[in-house]
Formats: sequence, structure tokens, C-alpha cells
Amino acid sequence: MPLELLDAPGLQENQKEGLWTLNFGPQHPATHTTLRLVLQLDGEIVIDAEPDIGFLHSGFEKLGESLDFNQYVTIVDRMNYISPLANEIAWHHSVEALMGIELTPRCIYIRTIFAELMRIHDHLLCTGTCVLDLGGATAFMYAFNEREYIYEICERASGQRFHTSYTRVGGLLYDVTDDWIAMVRKFCKNFPKAYRDFAGLVMKNRIFIERTQGVGVLCKEDAIAGGATGPVARASGVTRDLRIDEPYLAYDDLDFDICCAKGGDCYSRFQVRMMEMEQSLKIIEQAIENLPSGPIYNEAYGKTGVPDKTEVYRSIEGLIHHFENIMPNRQMDVPVESFYAATESPNGELGYYIVSDGNFKAYRARTRPPSLLHFALFPRMIRNCMLSDVVAVLGSINIIAAELDR
Amino acid sequence: MTSESTTIVSDKQSLLQSVLPSIRQEWTAFQEQVRVVIPSKNVLEFLTACRDVAGFDQLIDLTCVDLLEMPGASNRFEVVYFLLSVDAGTRLIVKTYLNEPELTLPSATQVWFGADWLEREVYDMFGIIFSGHPNFKRLLLPDEFVSFPLRKDYPQQGRGERHNFPVITRSQS
Repeated sequence: MPLELLDAPGLQENQKEGLWTLNFGPQHPATHTTLRLVLQLDGEIVIDAEPDIGFLHSGFEKLGESLDFNQYVTIVDRMNYISPLANEIAWHHSVEALMGIELTPRCIYIRTIFAELMRIHDHLLCTGTCVLDLGGATAFMYAFNEREYIYEICERASGQRFHTSYTRVGGLLYDVTDDWIAMVRKFCKNFPKAYRDFAGLVMKNRIFIERTQGVGVLCKEDAIAGGATGPVARASGVTRDLRIDEPYLAYDDLDFDICCAKGGDCYSRFQVRMMEMEQSLKIIEQAIENLPSGPIYNEAYGKTGVPDKTEVYRSIEGLIHHFENIMPNRQMDVPVESFYAATESPNGELGYYIVSDGNFKAYRARTRPPSLLHFALFPRMIRNCMLSDVVAVLGSINIIAAELDR
Repeated sequence: MTSESTTIVSDKQSLLQSVLPSIRQEWTAFQEQVRVVIPSKNVLEFLTACRDVAGFDQLIDLTCVDLLEMPGASNRFEVVYFLLSVDAGTRLIVKTYLNEPELTLPSATQVWFGADWLEREVYDMFGIIFSGHPNFKRLLLPDEFVSFPLRKDYPQQGRGERHNFPVITRSQS
């Protein structure tokens, strides 16, 4: 893209005099990964911004057409790598909805706990780095301390801290152990104190409030027409949360509230994320106390499940079972159909549109990335703000470039 | 792809059929997900009615499927719009088919401005042209790129485009 901006609509030739162009990114600490903005400035006021993305494009959707429904999970958790398990849950939620697979109660509850842990995980990073970009390094450290503990919970369940690849079609890789439950309980016990410390440093901090309040305002109409979902839409007054409006997993049985704000500015988005962490903790506390016992794979779909690894490595029957299940001609029955299913990921509506030709691979696996639609709204949010507000707005909409570019 | 689908009747369906009787609408459903197929020449008219009459105020997603290797498919491209009515919580999937060489659709940016980047991405990956788009160019891939990689006739390993990209030196930038 040339450095000069295309003519912004409504900008007359004589108005453009005296404007200057600033290139922001692709390598800038506040972009967190790689994205580029070409800003047109009048002094310090941003007149227009044109995002230039695609630096992290890796062809994930093309790969989804050559990997089977279980293998592709290793790719989807690299999309929003801030909350990897939320992507895996969303992907297999769509696959199971397409095939009409029902999950066992234990699997549903474990996935719900992980989905909410990932929400806290994601929001801690978003809020923590938002404060860091505005100059407050202390709060960031408090947030990352808790994130470290969530990594350990992931490691205990799946053997991987980061890219867990934990979900399978119709179940999970491993069942959780008693010490995993103890770890989650310990997290529930310790998190409120860390949250209070973090919130106390930021929520009433005058410098932070003045940097974020009234900055990057997105009105409700724009949020709806622009396709905003999740915390970004809820901060603008949209009262929609897929966990309540289209309940999936165990959210129907659990008691929690939708968190909304009216301001539509950076501070409202920050507030919504902070409130959602409290609600997520409430969900985890309920779910871990009511965690059902029983199998993690549905017996009726035992044919499709990947068998337990201890069985595979220690008995010939288990090994045969494993081979039979992963052979291309013996895999699950997939209807020749297309289906879209979405979950409420930490960032917004994360949906997968799967088109199937009856094969064991998806014919087309489209990701509906919340970051893409939120970043498309960025020029609207930043217009007439100051140059220093760019990092505040970028931090508040939580752009993950790997998900943005896929 | 309507093998096991059953035709269902919903409020929105009868509403849209009564408002636009001249447009051929094929309504199907799969696992309670309602889809409608409309001719590509009526897309803009239908989408506008979806927003104004049926209350679908949000465009959730817009994508395309290349049906080249789909068994039994008679069309090449399927463009899919995912609509949502935010207050009512109802969803609708609008599909339309395109064939070469007529790969042009009217842009939906005037209906929902959120279609902006989604249409650019569909052009980038499939080569579908959206006429009337305010800033129509590639979104993710560089401008020098000539292929459309999510088409089924494009190999997964690529065609070596990266080797032919122009090199920008520090003095030129």
C-alpha cells in the first residue's frame, strides 16, 4: 500500500493542506504483533487512519481443508493464541453441531471451566497490556502473575501450557485428575485477591481514567452495523451474549450476568472486561463444585472418539481401536451439509462455518474472527482523537493479529 | 446441498416472501438453521429487505465457498451472508451462486458498513468482485499477488509467488 492515504470521504482538497502522514507499525510494541496503520494527522489530531493488515497471514483456512476434524484443532489454537482453548472449544462445538454429536455431562463441564478460564486469561492480557501501553507497568505484572497460574492449569490437564490441542470431536484428549480440580479450586480462592489488587491499581486511577474515558467512542448503531460482538459491543450498550442468548455447553445450568456498559469508550470496554472476569470466576466456582463424574466420551459415539492413551499404549485392542478410528476410510459419518455455529469467545462471537462433502475433512472451514470486524471499526473510533490515543484504542479492542490475518 | 433438508416455514420467511414475491427464494433448513438461496442479480434488493423489513440489523459474516470439487454441485462459487437480528436473536443465512465469467456481486457496504473488510477478504481469497465498494482492493495478501488462494484449483503449497515479490530496500522505503 502506498504511504499516501486514499482520499478520505468528505475531505476536501483545501482541508488536506497542512496534514501529515505517520506510519505506525508493523513493528511497534503497542500493536502486540504485526499490524500497520497509516495515520493522517492534523498536528496531533488523527483525521483518518487506514489499517494495513495481512503480515501474519498463514493460510489457516486452506490448511483446514486438508486436515481432519481432530487434526485441525492444532491450527485453530494458534489463531487467538491469547486464549487457545477458547478456539478449540469453538471449533469442536461447530464440528459436533454439524454431526449432531452430544457430549457427556463431564466433558461439557470441563469445557465450560476451560472456556471461562480462557476468558479470564484473555481479559487479563487485554486489560494488563492496555494499562501497560498507557504507562502503568505495575498492574500488568499483577495480571501476568495470574495468567501464569492458568498456564499451569492447562499444562496439568493437557500436557501443554500454550497450544493445548485439548479438545477432540465428541470429547477431550485426557480426563482431568483430582489435582487439576484442586488447582482450579486454588485458583478460585486466590484470584479475587489478585483481582482486587489489579483493579485497585487501575479502576480509580486518575491518569488511566483521563487517558481512556471518552476516547475511541463507538456508538451502539455503529457497533451493530459494523458487526461488533462480545465486550466491544457490550461496552456500547448491546445486551447480547451468546452464553445467554444461544446457550451452549453448561451455561444454561449456571448462574451469571451479562456485563454491559453504555459509554462505548475505551474505559467502558475496560470495565466490561473487568466485570466479565468476576462473572467468569463465579461460573468456574459453580462448575467445579458441580463437576459430574463419568466418561468424557459419549458411549454412543465411541466409534468416533480417540481412545484413551493408556489403553492405546498398553493393549493391542486399544491400539487397533486407535488405528481404526483415525484411518481415513473408517472415520466418523459426516452429513453432506453446511453449518455455522458460534461461541462467545473472550473477544466476541467466534464462529466456524463448516461445509462438508461427507469426507473426514472439512470441504471449507471458515473462521469468523471477531478481531477482523473489530479492527475494521478502528478508523471510526480513532477519528478526531489524539495521536497518543491510538495505543489506548488499540489496547481496548484487543486485536490479535494471528486471528485477524489467519 | 439440500439432500436431507426439510423446508420450514418461519415468520421471517413468509414476511420476506410477501414483500419480495418476484424474487425466487429457496428456503431450506438443517438442524434448525434456516438458509435461503436467492439469484445473484437480486442480492442487494433482498439484503436491503432483510435489514429494513425483517430486522436483520447485523451482518455477522460474509464468506465464499468454491464448489469446484464438491460432488454434484452445478455452480462454481457460493457466496454466503450470515445475518443476525440483534434484539430478536434470530439468524438467517443467505446464499447465492456465481459462475465464471460473471463473478460480480453488488457490494453490501451500503446495507451494513461492516461488510467492507469481509468483501475485500472474499475478493482476496476467491476473486469475487463487489461492485460499488468504496475501497476495493486486496485485504490480507500483497497487491502484487495475482492468484486467489482459497480457490480449489490453487495448490496448498502455493505457486512460488513469494520469490517474485519486489524487494524493497531501505533507501527506497
